[in-house]
Amino acid sequence: MMSVQVAVIARNTFTELVRQKIFYIILVFALCAIGSSVFMARLTFQEEFQMLKDVCLGAMSVFTSLLAILATANFLPKDLEERTLYNLLSKPVPRFVYLLGKLLGIIVLLALFTLLMSAVFGLVLGLREQSVLAQTRAEFHDAPEELMPALAAVKAATFNANLLPGILIIYVKSVLLAALTLFISTFATSSLFTVMIAAAVYFIGHLQSTAREYWLQGVDIKWWTRLIVAFVALLFPDLQSFNLTDDVIAGAPIPLSTFLETFALGWVYTAVYFALSALVFAGREL
Amino acid sequence: MIRQVIAIALLAVFGFLKMPAERSLDAAQRQSGLRGTALNLDLREKVGQLGFLAALSGFRSPLAAFLWIEAQNAWEQTEWGRMAALFDAVTTLQPRSLLYWDMAAWHMAWNASTAALQDTSQPSEALRIRNQRQYFRLGRDYLERGIKNNPESFFLYRSLAVLLRDKFEDHCGAGEAFLKASQLPGAPAYLGRFAGYELAKCPGRERAAYELLKALYDAEPGGRKPTLVTTLKELEKRLDVPSWQRINSKVE
Repeated sequence: MMSVQVAVIARNTFTELVRQKIFYIILVFALCAIGSSVFMARLTFQEEFQMLKDVCLGAMSVFTSLLAILATANFLPKDLEERTLYNLLSKPVPRFVYLLGKLLGIIVLLALFTLLMSAVFGLVLGLREQSVLAQTRAEFHDAPEELMPALAAVKAATFNANLLPGILIIYVKSVLLAALTLFISTFATSSLFTVMIAAAVYFIGHLQSTAREYWLQGVDIKWWTRLIVAFVALLFPDLQSFNLTDDVIAGAPIPLSTFLETFALGWVYTAVYFALSALVFAGREL
Repeated sequence: MIRQVIAIALLAVFGFLKMPAERSLDAAQRQSGLRGTALNLDLREKVGQLGFLAALSGFRSPLAAFLWIEAQNAWEQTEWGRMAALFDAVTTLQPRSLLYWDMAAWHMAWNASTAALQDTSQPSEALRIRNQRQYFRLGRDYLERGIKNNPESFFLYRSLAVLLRDKFEDHCGAGEAFLKASQLPGAPAYLGRFAGYELAKCPGRERAAYELLKALYDAEPGGRKPTLVTTLKELEKRLDVPSWQRINSKVE
């Protein structure tokens, strides 16, 4: 029964989000950013592919994070304003089911968004690869023994197996951010406040590992500095753990165990933030 | 309010529990060459406040791409000093990217050095040559720093060897660099031969060159390149190798 309720709320949330202008605006910006990289100044093909991957994966990371925060921050204020929340909760629908449905809706939307951007990225990269391959074949027409290594060099500079785990980690980071924003929105007074706090947590989260090491290494620091870094280390997620795309683009491989640990950590964070959201939302006066 | 306090307390408990896992993941990622970039004051000075903020927020690679395009614009304007500053920022942002180190070195050691030598605004030839050599050294510095950051890759060792051979005419250094490159994973077979050719020109290293090239000659009957055979024959004469140990091949 509960799973049906969750599925219905998730489906409605997904449909609502897809109909919102913000989704299309972010999607258009993201696709433009990815698509426009093909028109970049003509560099050597290695440089061009490196730029293309830098810009595309960077755009994917920015826009999925942006969508996760902006879309999730609006859930509760919008449902309160339109009074759909009261209608829903007056029926035998537990509050955590409502939240879970909302979270699943955004998780599905983020998956679709990531998939669309990955498809455009793959298309742009594939088209450029074909174009450079054709150019290489023409250039090495008279030197067939040099052709194979040249083609292999072009192929090695475009797709590599690590791009997929890199994209999956971008996705799981956006899911984590959605859950975190949902948690903030359960005690926030407006969607603007939620967005601001989520953005602040985003920046602090990238410094969390520095604060953690500073705290744990026990360097000679004042007690109040120690208190602040302990606060940051304990309460904020380590978002640097999910920033692997920079190194993936540079060619560093992600070992399977490291990828699985990072991926699992993202879902553990999501589950914890969701549980805390449910705890706070259960006691919220509506 | 009580629930919010409980939630924060639970978050702190979760923080304690996750810390060992996060630290172990951090260590595993660093061991795999991930998260290796130091976000410090040096980087802050190179990329400015906004750039540093972007780097902190996980946008290192797009920022590096943007600065690289800026460097290309500087190249078109032949602003070599600005290019070097931008290359410093890019390589600090993306130290694992071999391409950035390699291209930065190439621009400095080949393009900027040639421009310095042909600089008509500098009447003194001695100063032009001095400036040219400074750019050679700058190119070498990029490659050496790149190697420090990527010691497992043959690519930058190969570039360093070519630079030492073609710009510094340092055959001993080039030979050692080719040799090191040839021993790293994924290295093409020709790097071993090139190491031998360069060591053959390095006083005191002829024996090492001979042994290296002889091993290649014996290992690859199909790959006995004319230069390999010629160099081996020269080394046999110089080292006074007994006739029964000498190779019989004609240049194939």
